Amino acid sequence: MAARLDLRRFPGFLPITWLCLVLLYAPLIVVMVYSFNDSNSVTLWGGFTLRWYVEVFTGPEAPKFKAAALNSLAIAISAAIVATTIATAAATAMLRSGQFRGKSVSFVLINLPLMVPEIVTAVASLVFFSAIGFQAGYLTILVAHIVFCIPFAYLPIAARMQGIEGAYEQAAQDLYATKWQTFRLILLPLMAPGIMSGFLLAFIISLDDFIITNFVKGAGIETLPTAIFGSVKQGIKPNIMAISTLLLLVSVVLVTVSYLLGRKGQTTPTNKGT
Amino acid sequence: MAADISSGGSSTITTYQGQGARMMLPAWVIIGFFLVLPVGMMLVYSFLTKEFRGGVIWDFSLAAYDQFFFDRGLFGDEPPKIEWTYITIFWRSIWQAAVATVLCLLIGFPTAWFIATRAGPARSIWLFAITIPYWVNLLIRTISMKFLIRDNGPLNEFLLAIGVIGEPIGLINTNFAVQLGLFYSYLPFMVLPIYASVERYNMAYSEAAADLYASKWAALRFVVLPIVKPGIIAGCILVFVPSLGAFLAPDLLGGAKNFMIGSLIEEQFKGNAGNWPFGAAASMILLSMVLVVLAFYARAQTKAGDR
Repeated sequence: MAARLDLRRFPGFLPITWLCLVLLYAPLIVVMVYSFNDSNSVTLWGGFTLRWYVEVFTGPEAPKFKAAALNSLAIAISAAIVATTIATAAATAMLRSGQFRGKSVSFVLINLPLMVPEIVTAVASLVFFSAIGFQAGYLTILVAHIVFCIPFAYLPIAARMQGIEGAYEQAAQDLYATKWQTFRLILLPLMAPGIMSGFLLAFIISLDDFIITNFVKGAGIETLPTAIFGSVKQGIKPNIMAISTLLLLVSVVLVTVSYLLGRKGQTTPTNKGT
Repeated sequence: MAADISSGGSSTITTYQGQGARMMLPAWVIIGFFLVLPVGMMLVYSFLTKEFRGGVIWDFSLAAYDQFFFDRGLFGDEPPKIEWTYITIFWRSIWQAAVATVLCLLIGFPTAWFIATRAGPARSIWLFAITIPYWVNLLIRTISMKFLIRDNGPLNEFLLAIGVIGEPIGLINTNFAVQLGLFYSYLPFMVLPIYASVERYNMAYSEAAADLYASKWAALRFVVLPIVKPGIIAGCILVFVPSLGAFLAPDLLGGAKNFMIGSLIEEQFKGNAGNWPFGAAASMILLSMVLVVLAFYARAQTKAGDR
């Protein structure tokens, strides 16, 4: 038995896995550590301080970053809500409606935002909005974000829906529930973890976007990534590292919540076992 | 993962039989109107005449593609020579993306294998640890990398302090820095699909190979690799495609010398050098390269499915 188990082990794979982990985390940890650095020269260590965090909230750039953070938040919440709704309807169509015209094309269409290179989507949206006279601003950012959030919301929602047996809906229908009641009272509650995790992924993806936002935003409107990018052009200052650390923590918390929701979802009735 | 869901469409649950098209409509409208239409418009624009200072004149012209491939001298009246400037930029992008993909594969395959062969709880924790960095803002990750490897950054300070190097190694603004940035940006994309196929791999095959006196490495090469190949190909594509059109890593880590496609396109639509038809043509060339790779992938997947 020991020899059999041994087939899974290859010398060097464990160190490479650790290397992988170190490579992924080292830059982030370094920035986190240096965001507490009490020194103006950025690189030399001058002791622990929280003053860069204070500067983020009260310093000369604070109003700019506050406005950008609020924009980012408003856009991410709205884009994620719309994208999740569209993705839920799309998943119901793909997994609960049998055959319909354009079904195979639909699958490609939903994933299209993942296939077109971001820079191409960015310039195409810019050109398109200006051609149809759509004033660059919040609305253009929002629309562009909804488009690329759809596939990210769709994946966990469809995965979850696929795991739910048809029997529950069947039972509801047998008891004279309307289709809408079946959807609202049976499918939707069962889907909740998938929908929540789709929403969170869409939210993070929207919060994350720089390239597309940078093209479709109007003059004077900034989201956090575009504001940070603008500041970094003049060098990486400690307050940027503090902001980065905060944003990083937000992402980590959200992903952890999404992950735990996904795990919790697995204990509710699904046909995983079959 | 995507393939599973697409094939899952064959499920027999039809609660909403006949409502499919209606429920699909919002997705069709939004993506059709705000993605397919704009990209179609770029295709049209790439065949139009440029207006100075951005914009187009509605005259059919092949000038954008001509400018991309041919050099006709300053006044456009010399016999056409191949124009290497843009081909070089595309070639560099392909090369950078390829090196990043190979780096990801070299690190990603052992990692995916190692994680997939752990026992339950340890496996989830490892997997989660590998996934987290992907969800951290790409801009922040790229800035972090820039901070880490720049000339007076922590990496150089550390290497100087322990005496491995005598003077700072100039990493930033090199090709290697861009490759490292791309590698760092997309590494989880390599690990996850390979992990998914290794997880499904039946160890009995390796045992059979061992019973027939195959060494462990021979079993890996001749038994495991052919079976998990779809996962490896998926990983390579998920790293290669976004690397090809990447903007942040070349812009922040590469400096002006290491221009890639993303920056070339960006430049045509921002700033004063704007040439929209040319930018549209470059976008279309990039898009067709991506579609060729994806078509190749779809064919490989279909073939794997037939077996």
